[in-house]
Amino acid sequence: MPNVMLNYDNLKRQLEPSSIDATTHNKTIIQIGSATCEIAAGSLQVRDEFVKLINASGRDDIIVKQTGCTGRCSQEPIVGVFLPEKMPVKYRKVTVDKVPLIFQEHVLNQHPVTQLMLDKKTDKLYNHVATVCTSQNCRDKDGNPWTYKFEEILHKKEIDPMEVRIVSGGCIGLCHEEHIVGQHGVVMIYPENLIYRFKSEEEIEEIVDLHFKNGKIVNRLLAHTDFITEEFFKFYGDVSFFNKQTRITLKNCGIIDPESLTDYIHAQGYEALARILYKNDPDFVINEIEKSGLRGRGGAGYPTGKKWRETKNSSNDPIKYVICNADEGDPGAFMDRSALEGDPFSIIEGMTIGAFAIGASKGFLYIRAEYPLAIARIENAIKKAREKNLLGKNILGSGFDFDLEIRLGAGAFVCGEETALIYSIEGKRGQPRIRPPYPSESGLWGHPTCINNVETWANVPVIMLYGADWYSRIGTTTSKGTKVFALAGNVVNTGLVEVPMGTTLKEVIYDIGGGIPEGKELKAIQIGGPSGGCIPKELINTPIDYESIKKIGSMMGSGGMIVLDSSDCMVATAKFFLEFTKDESCGKCTPCREGTVRMLEILEKITNGNGEMSDLDKLERLGNLMIKTSLCGLGSSAPNPVLSALRNFRKEFEIHIKDKRCPTQKCPNLTHYEIIPEKCTGCMVCARRCPVFCIEGAKQKPHFIIQDRCIKCGECFNVCKFDAIIKI
Amino acid sequence: MCTDIKYTLDSDILEYINECLTKEHPESYLIAVLHRIQEKYGFLSEIHMDEVAHLLGVPTANVYGVSTFYHFFRLKPRGKFAISICLGTACFVKGADSILAEFKKELGIDLGDTTIDGLFSIESSRCIGVCALAPVVTINDEVFSRVKPTQVGDILNLMKGKRSAEKIAENS
Amino acid sequence: MKYINAIIDGIEVSVPEGMTIMQAGDSIGAHIPRLCYHPKLSTEGACRICVVEVEGWYKYLPACSTLLQEGMVIRTNTPELRQMRRDLVELLLDNHPRGCLTCIKDGNCELQNLSYKLGVRERLFAGKRKRYPIEKSSVAVIRDAEKCILCRQCVRVCSEIQGVHNLSQMFRGFNTVVTPAFLANMDDSVCIKCGQCINVCPTAAFIEQDSTEDVWQALSDPNKFVVVQTAPAVRVAIGEGWKMPIGTPCTGKMVTALRRLGFKAVFDTNFTADLTIVEEAYEFIERYKNNEKLPIITSCSPGWIKFLEHFYPELIPNASTCKSPMQMMSVLLKTYYAELKGIDPKDIYVVAVMPCVAKKFEAKRPEHYSENNYPWTDAVLTTRELIWMIKAYGIDFLNLPDEDFDQPLGYATGAGDIFGTTGGVMEATLRTAYEKLTGKSSDNLDYFDVRMAPGLKEASVMINGFVLNIAVANGLNNAKTILEKVKSGEKQYHIIEIMACPGGCVAGGGQPLVHPEDYVYPLDEEMIKLRQKALYSIDKDKIHRKAHDNPFIKKLYSDFLEYPGSPIAHKLLHTTYTPRIPRGIK
Repeated sequence: MPNVMLNYDNLKRQLEPSSIDATTHNKTIIQIGSATCEIAAGSLQVRDEFVKLINASGRDDIIVKQTGCTGRCSQEPIVGVFLPEKMPVKYRKVTVDKVPLIFQEHVLNQHPVTQLMLDKKTDKLYNHVATVCTSQNCRDKDGNPWTYKFEEILHKKEIDPMEVRIVSGGCIGLCHEEHIVGQHGVVMIYPENLIYRFKSEEEIEEIVDLHFKNGKIVNRLLAHTDFITEEFFKFYGDVSFFNKQTRITLKNCGIIDPESLTDYIHAQGYEALARILYKNDPDFVINEIEKSGLRGRGGAGYPTGKKWRETKNSSNDPIKYVICNADEGDPGAFMDRSALEGDPFSIIEGMTIGAFAIGASKGFLYIRAEYPLAIARIENAIKKAREKNLLGKNILGSGFDFDLEIRLGAGAFVCGEETALIYSIEGKRGQPRIRPPYPSESGLWGHPTCINNVETWANVPVIMLYGADWYSRIGTTTSKGTKVFALAGNVVNTGLVEVPMGTTLKEVIYDIGGGIPEGKELKAIQIGGPSGGCIPKELINTPIDYESIKKIGSMMGSGGMIVLDSSDCMVATAKFFLEFTKDESCGKCTPCREGTVRMLEILEKITNGNGEMSDLDKLERLGNLMIKTSLCGLGSSAPNPVLSALRNFRKEFEIHIKDKRCPTQKCPNLTHYEIIPEKCTGCMVCARRCPVFCIEGAKQKPHFIIQDRCIKCGECFNVCKFDAIIKI
Repeated sequence: MCTDIKYTLDSDILEYINECLTKEHPESYLIAVLHRIQEKYGFLSEIHMDEVAHLLGVPTANVYGVSTFYHFFRLKPRGKFAISICLGTACFVKGADSILAEFKKELGIDLGDTTIDGLFSIESSRCIGVCALAPVVTINDEVFSRVKPTQVGDILNLMKGKRSAEKIAENS
Repeated sequence: MKYINAIIDGIEVSVPEGMTIMQAGDSIGAHIPRLCYHPKLSTEGACRICVVEVEGWYKYLPACSTLLQEGMVIRTNTPELRQMRRDLVELLLDNHPRGCLTCIKDGNCELQNLSYKLGVRERLFAGKRKRYPIEKSSVAVIRDAEKCILCRQCVRVCSEIQGVHNLSQMFRGFNTVVTPAFLANMDDSVCIKCGQCINVCPTAAFIEQDSTEDVWQALSDPNKFVVVQTAPAVRVAIGEGWKMPIGTPCTGKMVTALRRLGFKAVFDTNFTADLTIVEEAYEFIERYKNNEKLPIITSCSPGWIKFLEHFYPELIPNASTCKSPMQMMSVLLKTYYAELKGIDPKDIYVVAVMPCVAKKFEAKRPEHYSENNYPWTDAVLTTRELIWMIKAYGIDFLNLPDEDFDQPLGYATGAGDIFGTTGGVMEATLRTAYEKLTGKSSDNLDYFDVRMAPGLKEASVMINGFVLNIAVANGLNNAKTILEKVKSGEKQYHIIEIMACPGGCVAGGGQPLVHPEDYVYPLDEEMIKLRQKALYSIDKDKIHRKAHDNPFIKKLYSDFLEYPGSPIAHKLLHTTYTPRIPRGIK
């Protein structure tokens, strides 16, 4: 298809200048997050305020740009100010009242407002940031990260501490094939946007001498390559939350304007598709995906290439479909939403590539209705792609036809199961059906259908652009590439985290997540949402990959990661997840419909103080029954949170049962309030506030609680000024 | 089939259904049509469901089966201010249940119900994906983040204030 | 054909490709327990009772839906499987009312059978259970959702066999419940009362409205003259109530039992079946001559008639206006017979024993009330209800002598006898129509072309040089196929026979239940054939096999009805139909 590349180049040429490299054209960019979470935090008002100030200033070289979410949720809204040839600066929790200060000081006077900067530990600004790769493969000969050597040498050479900041970074896939651990390192230097490869201490010294001391580029060591997360690191590489991450799926989130096809194409968008259509060899695409080792990111980890091949070869049926599963329903997970809102074109491009490989001419995006912005962004992206002949008939003149349609979910977690999802697209109750036949043989309306989730599709263009070899170097032997997690719960930095497979839980929680807040102690990590399990803190060094996570009784799931600390009750947590699956059980098969209810009843019995030791056996018996006999994945994974909690925290269950006590005081019916007579001043405030009048005592005399009338509302506890009331 | 049936559905919805009927597998647009009806009328009434069934050629029993299967669909009218409390993991951990209890207490209605004056209804939602701002309450399209039980009264007053302001605007 | 070799419980099996593990097991006598499975319906795979262990699989696989594959090693009876099956049945029981002893299905319940067989002897997990009031507003079909175990056989039979789609699962999870749209009462829904849901329900979630109490009351009322009529299909199935082989004709014993129950007279609905043929043949010939309202469609099946009114109101003019044989009999009993005997029709209490649940509905239709506002038919009993009444009365059915029907409404030709099977009405009509159209007598009375249709049969018959296109359909999904052709004009038919139930009345919604336990499923073709063959054997043995040859019919016309289609015949024997709201179903 000789015309394809020509058409693609023409398309590129016709596009407007992109906002991405506007700073190189001497423009100042003010970048504001516009994902659902950012909007909820007030980013629209912040944007309006900036626009107002820009108009008032009369400057025409300042651009306000919207981007998707970077995943730094707890610090939102995040505002980036990028001045030409300066280190990009990100501000956190920017409310409308902070806008004038940032605008006046930074945008107009070029003095960054350090006290508002994201993750700034000091109020000074470094001149350079050197992000040193600290992945498992990039180590010095003693097996330590190269960061130590850098610090050492900088110190030795008496470089001003404010001149260079050394930060540790994640793998960006720049490793050589002949790469041998202990002999290789990579450093990215900003704001110059340079990458050096080095092999020894001597070469580090060379970099320090020439680059930092004399401002000269060390051409010899320069890695002449544009790497995938370059833009992302350019903007965010100095923030500790980000630099340990490897942004492949989310590489454009927070960089490009998600509503701009121009931005996407400037970020190498649609280059992969153009090349593939030019090459016109579907088998090549499937081979590459197989070789890359990509596995389904929806949870089960089925090899993507295999799935594609099965769909392609399943029958002579001329009608085939591809589906994007964007029915992200795990409580606490929002990876897919971020990708849909922040980089919609990459998903569409991924699906188009998949459709070409499989031989499908129609695709569906099944998006949950609770994501209106994601739906709007995808709608916009489809429209723009159609306008530029990147969707529809004869894409880029290749003769390949493909179009997409959005179908909305309507609030059913089980529709994440592929057969249920198919029924839902068909307009029916989303109840799974028995497999086989698998959708690859008989899916939507009986035609061969390939279903992948958002994250899987988003990986496809990257793999096809940089090659299977490159991709397969990231991750572990059996799990390649990266995985995005929604880090939540009791951790300092909540948000989206994309890490290479093989990263340990500890690295995610402590190096990226910043550890447990308020000096509490880590207790467990819940991975995989309602289908996953609780991993005890002892197993924190487990690398994140499909097999390792499964081995310790959880599952990768779609990417929820909830950190539980010493104040969390494992019984209550297990109960919470079971309540969720009970509500989401479709009701079709006996074990799931009836089993979830019975297990929940037993857990309620335990948390109400009526548990018996035999109940634990019943939980295990029902759990195993559900695992082994349920119709679909929802039912057979629903007991995981309970069984894993029981396995790892049995003692805690036993305390609930035998001592009728909740060690973390999270189960209301197992806790009570008491007044410490020594501390009580008899002020009577608690007695007056008690809604059931169960606190008695004379004025200025210690009061007491009549326990059998107490409803445990906690009002007394909250109002006591003398800490005289305790919760036991 | 009787041909002279009059439909109570608005013309834009009928138009959309007609558009669906021109496509492949028109019955597969059932959920999409129900979404539109709910968006327009706030809930799915029996007469509307029956009309959709008739128009799309789907058995009414199946339409009702679908409407009741998906939690997004409401079969009862909502309050003017639809209070939705997120009970997702993060919000739960941060005390969403006490927020819910407070709303129930303040309004004297249960989850899924609407106040007699039709002003407020309470429903729960699953995670809306803004966990870092937990606990979260949405009222119509407005999001209230990091809500504390003590703020519930204020939020309700704010809504009542909006209503009064509207009324004044209507009257003037 | 390719054969698949596998090992089930240590036994090597070799079966044709495409068989499920369950079918393969059945073929070697390994009967894997099952509950939601039905061979005539789509595979649900929901109850999970039939799970088996397949080597190499961590999860247990449902035998009903897993295809046997080469080299599979299957175990159906490990200790863990036995425990899990027991637990699954217990989970169903835990959410099920405990009143088994007072349940109408006691002893007939698949859940009960399984529970006993698998050894559920204690309740480990009992907790809350679902609560729904019994929906018993209907004159025909009662829905008791608490007893529902969500096997969805009723939903499947209602849509896949009958094309009515009245039932669906509503809500989800533990709250799932099977109801008509909007949780409506059965009588407010498009339910056609065919009763197939009752036949397939493993428990008592669907049962017929009980009329036995009304009949007991009437029988003990000295002021009532209680008479009874029995439909053709009842006599070939009633013996199953005493475990007689399926398809044993028991006409004589049945008549004797009815007399012993206290009925003053026992009449044969087959007689009015003959009368229906004479009226319908006349009606057809009139339409044929005038070339109007063709095809004529039979109207004896009340389930079919309600289906017509809901879903094909535009074809109402095509339906024969003849009342069903049951209604013709009831009308004659309260007019002709009452006059003959000098009894005030108000004092006559007509009971009809029918293989059908929809007949209960038909009897209550406003069209079937007299001008003085009493119903022509006072009570309808299903075959099941009659069996129960005979047992309750302490009658030793198996050892009863044979007795004959009362006259003059108790003699039928073979034409009336075969009304109880699909194709029977057509065959009976053709026997009469041939002679009426040609004016010649015919000896060829066996129209094998239309007999025992598997669901749908079409044929062309030459009569007097004219080709008559005929079609026979049973099971309303099959009827839809024909009716769509009529609507589109794709084919010109002359006569169409439609019966709501698969196989016709012999497998009606009121017939004795058969049990998968005994390897006979409801809707089973062999079972239906046995009952059908019994009817044809009765027909074969009759001296008169053409309805119009029935001497009592001739006498009835000369004494009372004048001639077929006469004004009085029209007034008493014909009826009208009402279009009903289609409620969203095409």
